[in-house]
Amino acid sequence: MREQHVEVPCERPERRHWTATPLLLGVEPEHVDGLHQPAVAVADRHVGLHVSVCLARVARVLVDAGLVTQRDYTAGVIAANVNLSRVSRGATSDRDRPVTAVEVSELVKRYPKSPVNAVDGITFAVEPGEVFGLLGPNGAGKTTTVGMLTTRVKPTGGRAMVGGVDVGADPVRARSMLAVVPQRSNLDRSLSIRRNLTFHAAYHGVPAAEATARADELLEQFGLRERGDVKPDLFSGGQSQRVMIARALMHEPQVLFLDEPTTGLDPAARLFVWDRLRELRERGVTLILTTHDMHEAALLADRVGIMDHGKLLALDTPDALMRGLPGSSTLELSVHAGTNGHSPESVIDAFETLPGVERVEPLPSEDDEEPDDPHWRVRLYVSGEASQLVAPTATLLADRGLSLSGVELGEPTLEDVFIHLTGRTLR
Amino acid sequence: MTAVAVHAPTVRQHRAFTAVLRRDLLVTWSELPVFLAQVILQPLFLLFVFGKVLGSLGYTQHGYSDLLFPGLLALTAVITGMQTLAFPLVIEFGWTKEIEDRLLAPMSTALVAAEKVLFATLRALTATTVMIPVGILVLGSIPWRWSGVPLLVLAMVLGSLLGAGLGLVLGTLVVPQRINIVFSLVFTPLLFTGCSQYPWPSLSRLRWFQIVTACNPMTYVSESMRAALVPDVPHIAPWVCILVLLGSLTVLMTIGVRGFYRRAID
Repeated sequence: MREQHVEVPCERPERRHWTATPLLLGVEPEHVDGLHQPAVAVADRHVGLHVSVCLARVARVLVDAGLVTQRDYTAGVIAANVNLSRVSRGATSDRDRPVTAVEVSELVKRYPKSPVNAVDGITFAVEPGEVFGLLGPNGAGKTTTVGMLTTRVKPTGGRAMVGGVDVGADPVRARSMLAVVPQRSNLDRSLSIRRNLTFHAAYHGVPAAEATARADELLEQFGLRERGDVKPDLFSGGQSQRVMIARALMHEPQVLFLDEPTTGLDPAARLFVWDRLRELRERGVTLILTTHDMHEAALLADRVGIMDHGKLLALDTPDALMRGLPGSSTLELSVHAGTNGHSPESVIDAFETLPGVERVEPLPSEDDEEPDDPHWRVRLYVSGEASQLVAPTATLLADRGLSLSGVELGEPTLEDVFIHLTGRTLR
Repeated sequence: MTAVAVHAPTVRQHRAFTAVLRRDLLVTWSELPVFLAQVILQPLFLLFVFGKVLGSLGYTQHGYSDLLFPGLLALTAVITGMQTLAFPLVIEFGWTKEIEDRLLAPMSTALVAAEKVLFATLRALTATTVMIPVGILVLGSIPWRWSGVPLLVLAMVLGSLLGAGLGLVLGTLVVPQRINIVFSLVFTPLLFTGCSQYPWPSLSRLRWFQIVTACNPMTYVSESMRAALVPDVPHIAPWVCILVLLGSLTVLMTIGVRGFYRRAID
């Protein structure tokens, strides 16, 4: 790779003195001139965030602006991370080391009478200011994990720390550090929206005057100013979700947990919640969200942990996870099964011999399939241009008396990562 | 919000506790007429029918209302304490999950339960106190002895706490789907075996029922109320009542708080 380094200053919050740590991005030489200014601007906006988070965001903005290609960006991020770890090992003493926002080690939960562990020995850490997504299908153990981190579920084994406080040993102090936005509304139905906010603040010891001011500000920000005196019974799911996020922010928690924040919301409400979460991200609030929506995870999270059957299968930035997949683009084929007895397996083997195909995954059939019109689907992970493989695959199928009934080209998504790891789709 | 402090702030649990209590008092205040109707209506009608109507018609002996009134104070204390705690708790744990915001406040789970008990006790004490002018209004006069007031107040407090204790146990044991069945199975027997309508020693002619009523802790609240207001009517000695009530409270609170933890933390 033709590589040139651009230095971007970034504040290290864990250090007592302001230091400029260069972020090194590997970029195409012709982009360098246009790169420095926007990168510095982004870094300035993220002052105070952990440097690795800052780095990922600077890089993402540069990619979005078309200044860095996806491939160069990921290579650059790795180079920069290596560089950073070298710097911090040399320079950071124990006293200067930041308290991680969340630290989980070998966490286990087994419910009574259950033959298996709901959460089965997971370990991860979340840096201050990071947005961390737990992605997995229903029943993967995401909600139980959040339950343990938020003192509502007692771990069977392992340890969980939030804001440097051991959740199991000192749940009361841990609660002052965190806030939870649950899946379903748990607003106080006897109180108005405004009082829901101010009483939450009072439970957390926020002085009344400060609570009132903060409630006004949050109601405004969440588009609820007019409805502050209404009781929550009359609210839709999306509105309740907004109120619950506003309520969670009333005591300025160090870590905000959101359990499936947009499940069951209509598209407009979902976009609104995403916008608010992005604002929080910009402000440097540590967010931990669970979701079974891979789009949501890719959109919001700095890093994503993929969970299934209580285990953490993979943990990295969305880009790195997708980069870890064989192939850089995908080709999804629907095949009309026909009656001549060619099994999908034999065709998959044939696909794998095509040049440029790195891996082939059979996909589960769709639910609405008609039994008398059988189709099967495969996804090809391709190293080059996926479109160039449409003709060869169609020919290959035709040779076997099968016909192509649908083609879809795509970039790999987190869903592909999940399929790659588990052989199943997220839903 | 960004920088995570190495030293977590000192948590003052009493602030959370008073804030939660303030929330409950505010909600009660905002629906005061509903609250009063809810707690007064039942004893009011019992008092009116058994104390006034039956007496006027000559079906009850003269002086029965003097015997009934202390019993109804006991009934009001226990039932109000129980209702205040049990019903909302079943709904909050099982359905609305409203309690979660309080469980996530920086206070120990036991304190959340303690606040519930304190609030239910305060409501029960209020309702019982309101019954005194209501009694004067319905009956014309009520049995009253100033020297009995300390014992009366003690019986009111213990009765209210007993109701709260029963409510805590029921509220954490019952799932919302069973709420109707369980409450009618518990409520009605409790109402009629608690010696609020008859003095316990007079049951010696109905030995088996006397034994049944001795098992209902409310009996001891009714008996101490009578000891306070109508000491001439034969009653169980107050010290026995207080001992039994303290014992019952210890058992109920232990089971209740344990149940509360079970519901609050998976």
